[in-house]
Amino acid sequence: MAVPPTPTPTRTDRPVLEAQGIRKVFPGVLALDGVDLRLFPGEVHALMGENGAGKSTLIKVLTGVHPPDAGTVSVDGGFQRFAEPLEAQHAGISTVYQEVNLCPNLSVAENILIGREPRRLGLVHWSALHERAARLITELELDLDVRMPLGTYSLAVQQLVAIVRAVDVKAKVLILDEPTSSLDRDEVAQLFTLVRRLRDRGVAILFVTHFLDQVFDLCDRVTVLRNGRLEGEYRIDELTPVTLVHRMVGSELGILDELAETSHTGTTDGPGSGDAPFLSARGLARAGGVQPYDLDIHRGEVIGLAGLLGSGRTEAARLLFGADHADGGELRIHGKRAVLRSPRAAIAHKIAFCSENRKAEGLIGELTVRENIVLALQAARGWTKPVSRTRQDEIAARWTEVLDIRPADPEAEVRNLSGGNQQKVLLARWLLTDPELLILDEPTRGIDIGAKTEIQKLVTSLAAEGTAVLFISAELEEVLRLSHRVGVLRDHRLVATLPNDTTLTPDRILGAIATGATS
Amino acid sequence: MTPPDDTGAGGRPVRAPGTRRLMEHRLFWPAAVLAALLVGNVVFTHDFLAVRVQNGHLYGSLIDILQFGAPLILVSLGMTLVIATRGIDLSVGSTVAIAGALACEHIATAKDPGSLSTVLSAIALAVGVAAAIGLLNGFLVARLGVQPIIATLVLMVAGRGVAQLITDGQIISVSSSAYKMIGGGYWLTLPFAVLLAAALVAVTSLVTRRTALGLLIESVGGNPVASRLVGIRAVGLLVMVYVVSAVCAAVAGLMISSNVSSADGNNAGLWIELDAILAVVIGGTALTGGRFSLGGTVLGALIIQTLSTTIYTLGVPPETTLVFKALVVIVVCLVQSPAFRARLSRRRRTAAPDPASAAGDLTARRQEVHP
Repeated sequence: MAVPPTPTPTRTDRPVLEAQGIRKVFPGVLALDGVDLRLFPGEVHALMGENGAGKSTLIKVLTGVHPPDAGTVSVDGGFQRFAEPLEAQHAGISTVYQEVNLCPNLSVAENILIGREPRRLGLVHWSALHERAARLITELELDLDVRMPLGTYSLAVQQLVAIVRAVDVKAKVLILDEPTSSLDRDEVAQLFTLVRRLRDRGVAILFVTHFLDQVFDLCDRVTVLRNGRLEGEYRIDELTPVTLVHRMVGSELGILDELAETSHTGTTDGPGSGDAPFLSARGLARAGGVQPYDLDIHRGEVIGLAGLLGSGRTEAARLLFGADHADGGELRIHGKRAVLRSPRAAIAHKIAFCSENRKAEGLIGELTVRENIVLALQAARGWTKPVSRTRQDEIAARWTEVLDIRPADPEAEVRNLSGGNQQKVLLARWLLTDPELLILDEPTRGIDIGAKTEIQKLVTSLAAEGTAVLFISAELEEVLRLSHRVGVLRDHRLVATLPNDTTLTPDRILGAIATGATS
Repeated sequence: MTPPDDTGAGGRPVRAPGTRRLMEHRLFWPAAVLAALLVGNVVFTHDFLAVRVQNGHLYGSLIDILQFGAPLILVSLGMTLVIATRGIDLSVGSTVAIAGALACEHIATAKDPGSLSTVLSAIALAVGVAAAIGLLNGFLVARLGVQPIIATLVLMVAGRGVAQLITDGQIISVSSSAYKMIGGGYWLTLPFAVLLAAALVAVTSLVTRRTALGLLIESVGGNPVASRLVGIRAVGLLVMVYVVSAVCAAVAGLMISSNVSSADGNNAGLWIELDAILAVVIGGTALTGGRFSLGGTVLGALIIQTLSTTIYTLGVPPETTLVFKALVVIVVCLVQSPAFRARLSRRRRTAAPDPASAAGDLTARRQEVHP
């Protein structure tokens, strides 16, 4: 990878966007405290920090979603006070969020130009619309049919279209908020090519991500936030991945050692391979979800499930939890035949499931942390046997401490927590029910490295105590680090179950994913 | 893995000043609106707040508001639970009419209309049929998955016809002092209806908040998908709230027909479902389900009843009362909307000469978008 020319903070250019002393308070939480940020034309600038460090809030201040309580934002040297997102857009600040905010049922061209379609006699001038969209697409060296509905393209392409749309608003500043979290490697490369092209045209790009290697791959400078404060602004060549993580978590020791430590524990031989399995699936299947598969899970065993997005990982797991009904095959728990008609039935068998979709399928956003934690326990007891308030408070206080949930306020509404902390609330909810099988679907996606390590450690120690864990993740390194065996899915089929011995590498798993063969 | 640096700003609790905490309490705005309405009445009717004792009974406009508001409070009470589950119950008005019609028909045709046993069996009949109505609604919504607004629309329309069938299209008058007690009687100096409504509100509060019922209802309404995955049996809960709603409506129907000693299948409880929905929303329970507030609902129902009383005492011409009511309701809803208040105070701030004092001003904007 060619090293891009690095604009330095000392150069004589004026920053195109400068934020100074930004302060933002939400009820009960000081989210940002005196944060500065400078963006120069023609640079890719990373915004880094743990979950809850204030990255999202800062972006929302820059884009006019939240007005700051103190501090100034200036664009091209002129002070701005955005009352709403449209004003920020008019000032040249465009944003592309993690979730694509486009209409899949409209064509690519309509999506790019919606709200500013070329008109003739007050009606949409369709040929001009398609022409203009096609010109934009070719200018950025993409290859798309602008007349096709957006939904016919992959999520990655939709992400690119969102960027094209953002850039066409004559953006001087483009903010990319975790654009890569649901993309695979090739798609990420495609996105980076587009970002570099925009940079070379003089657009200032603010790039928010959790992936360290992407920062070193793409970015020129980094601003690090920690606990709502500015930790510092660095040129990327001043940093190494290790020093960057130190800046983010603020501890010189500990975290990386622990990471290294956990990576060894996973590679030992699987426990209980001779015992009867806790759960065993034979030919379990669901039409349109997953082809018949066999799987044994023993006590104290961590089974990783690897495969691309949409390969049937989640679908396979949902059958084991009764979230979907299997329409073929047989499931045995403790050797006895079990039919899981509902999640409730699975919970009665001491199975727990943390969905990959925390917001939609996990948490009840408007309820408090305490209420979310006791919910599974309470649901199992039924409404007539309430967990007393004293006991709820004890439980919430204990789990908030054990999992280091922040803010440490059990009465906070769970929707106000950051992603990593929400994941911990979900984990606390299920650990409280003392499960024998814990199914974790992408538990570390979109959360920061600190919380990620904690969750990985938790999985290891749970397994050591005898809990069986089914661990689904798109990150092969993580799957390898934790699992005793790895199931590989491809096109809705479990194509291989590989023991995690010393010979198993990410490349071998990738090979299995790519070819469907085991070696 | 706690970072040793604990002095960071993130997650550091910030205490709001006392007045602001008060203003952020979920019952603040409903209570303020009610107080404003009452004070407004005093301006026009100086003895509006006066309560006097006559024949051992309390009399006064405030007592009237409570007594005539009691049926609406009850209907809104059941409606709150239904709305908390993301549902809505349009059939309550018809249930009010059916309950009144059944009870009056039973008493009118009984041999001994004044006896307690006749009245009790009339009550049991009305409440029993209402429970069946609730079961039907619950079955349609929870088992068949019919949209609540459609499922309950069926009985909203058909139920009124049923009520007229029961009364044979006539207004049935009854003379039974025992029955009169429910909606028109006094006990311990207060109207019996007020005590009955208060008791049912208290029981519902206790049952929802002292057991886990409230939590599970809020969970199902807040996120049905997540609630299923956490093992909550939503079907039973949904059927239960529709039954409770219908039973509350039935008791309201008994009150209304008892107060006028007659049953009018055509007009009893007409449009009360809309007032109830309004009361629930004014009380701070969102139509999108989840968190509910029974206290807020009671305040909401009292606001609507006070408004109706105000219209009469002010002598607003009858042909304009509905328009007047609509205008006040719009104002009430705007005052309660954080977005609207933020816009108002922002306008005030831009007009203010000193921008420095505005920079730290937080009261303008309650949290609408999450950090």
